[in-house]
Amino acid sequence: MTAPLLQVRQLCRRYTLPRRKPWEPAPVVDALIDASFTIEAGRSLGIVGESGSGKSTLARLVMALDTPTRGQVLLDGQDLHALPPRALRAARRDFQMVFQDPYGSLDPRHTVERIVAEPLAALDTPNAMTAADQRQRVRATLESVGLRPSDLGKYPHEFSGGQRQRIAIARALVTRPRLIVADEPVSALDVSVQAQVLNLMVDMQQQYGVTYLLISHDLAIVNHLCSDVAVMTQGRIVELAPAAQIFSAPQHPYTRLLLDAAMV
Amino acid sequence: MPLLDVQNLRVDLRTHRGSTAAVRSVSFALEHGDTLGLVGESGCGKSLTALALMGLLPEAAQVSGSIRLQGQELIGLDEPALCRLRGNRIAMVFQEPMTALNPLHRIGQQVAEPLRRHQGLGAAAARTEALALLQRVGIPQAAQRLDQYPHQFSGGQRQRITIAMALACKPALLLADEPTTALDVTVQRQILDLIQGLVQEHRMGLLLVSHDLGLIARNTARLLVMYGGSVVESGPTASVLQAAAHPYTRGLLAARPRLQPHAAPHAPGGAQRLPTIAGTVPELADLPPGCPFAGRCGWTQPRCHTEVPPNVPQATPAHSARCLRPEALEAQP
Repeated sequence: MTAPLLQVRQLCRRYTLPRRKPWEPAPVVDALIDASFTIEAGRSLGIVGESGSGKSTLARLVMALDTPTRGQVLLDGQDLHALPPRALRAARRDFQMVFQDPYGSLDPRHTVERIVAEPLAALDTPNAMTAADQRQRVRATLESVGLRPSDLGKYPHEFSGGQRQRIAIARALVTRPRLIVADEPVSALDVSVQAQVLNLMVDMQQQYGVTYLLISHDLAIVNHLCSDVAVMTQGRIVELAPAAQIFSAPQHPYTRLLLDAAMV
Repeated sequence: MPLLDVQNLRVDLRTHRGSTAAVRSVSFALEHGDTLGLVGESGCGKSLTALALMGLLPEAAQVSGSIRLQGQELIGLDEPALCRLRGNRIAMVFQEPMTALNPLHRIGQQVAEPLRRHQGLGAAAARTEALALLQRVGIPQAAQRLDQYPHQFSGGQRQRITIAMALACKPALLLADEPTTALDVTVQRQILDLIQGLVQEHRMGLLLVSHDLGLIARNTARLLVMYGGSVVESGPTASVLQAAAHPYTRGLLAARPRLQPHAAPHAPGGAQRLPTIAGTVPELADLPPGCPFAGRCGWTQPRCHTEVPPNVPQATPAHSARCLRPEALEAQP
């Protein structure tokens, strides 16, 4: 039996706050407490919760952008936080991230081509692609997210919010990852633009077989893209179930509140 | 006489591409105790409409038409007259409570400020009144917290404080521009319930501006849907949401992911596509002189670009949509 795509085991992250008084121990905050879940390839997981519930901390740990206090993140059975830096860099090919703010996450001084090519250049693997191959890959990826080849030389400010999020998705897809961690990918967008980006994410799921770890405060969006849903409050996963079950028989009171808010 | 009567409100903005109309002939009325929602996507003119009512438009804006508050014309009033009005008869709750509050002043003083300014209360009387207001909006241990600064409160509490400020002088009209967009879902519900309760208590008129159709649906009796600076559809909230007539309103409603069990199970590739609205919102300067939705609408005819669409009444009384093509409004979605 092959290992699942992503396994998160008893993941904890404790942050130390500034000392209030020199003779007292520094206060701590447990941002993430014993988070465990498994994502099988093709079964996207949505994480919902309010601000401060630890969902972005979880995303950062899964992306190996932060080190856990305790616990493991296994991608294809490989513990990301135990890998030497070089091996981690090579492993990053398989997991990429899309951020919330399409204005803040793209470097305003870089052309679209350079932005989208950057993950390829950063991979630093022995069998690196030639420049021509990279260019070809960037073009193909941009086309698949609905941008034109003539957009390659443009800068981020020349695009609308929805188009920028397409560029961010193209950047995440360019290494052909198996997992994309998307932190509130559509919450900065208008309703009609949001629908276009969600459709793109569905298409990419089908075209490239990407699995999402989708973070959102909106249950309807999670329900649209994900097979399973985890509900978080105060650093803990309080409910984890298939989307349909969360929808029809929510167990936790906070899940019910979220459901209530999503109904018209 | 209605509490608020807006007729042919127009706001022109000076941009680098010349003067463009950001709000075009918007008309509506609001009675005491009435709740009206203003919904639309970014750039549709909903916030500018609210700012025009407050006399807070940016310098580069030119406003025309008529805004009557209890019979008094507000357009053309000078700044001192507007100052006597703001925070007194009209008050506004903004999106970002941290920017709406002054970080250097204690919250007790900030809530007391309109009372001292408009009602001439002394410092002690204003402080007592401010305490009562903070208690009414649900700030725990208000007496002890009067002398704290905004950064010592959570986002939801800060929004409660700005609501207390807005209500200090018992305004006749309350404007709320995206009051809960910066807040968590659970807090959002509490803040809206608070606003609802206060509106009923004081028989205020409420104008709620939001991009969120669900929020408008739960909190208003009537709504206006704006697109490209115009009101494209208006009517009782339930009727507009259940029997949306304008192609834009329909597109907007269909584009939202629904919270319902999927027909197909969540097999790989099981998620369905959402219907989208073709094209993108044009820049203000590029809006056609006729219907603003012309070109993006599936029913577009050549005359849509040039002729201003009439207001077509719908089955439910007071529900109407602006469109040149009755067959587009009657089409089954």
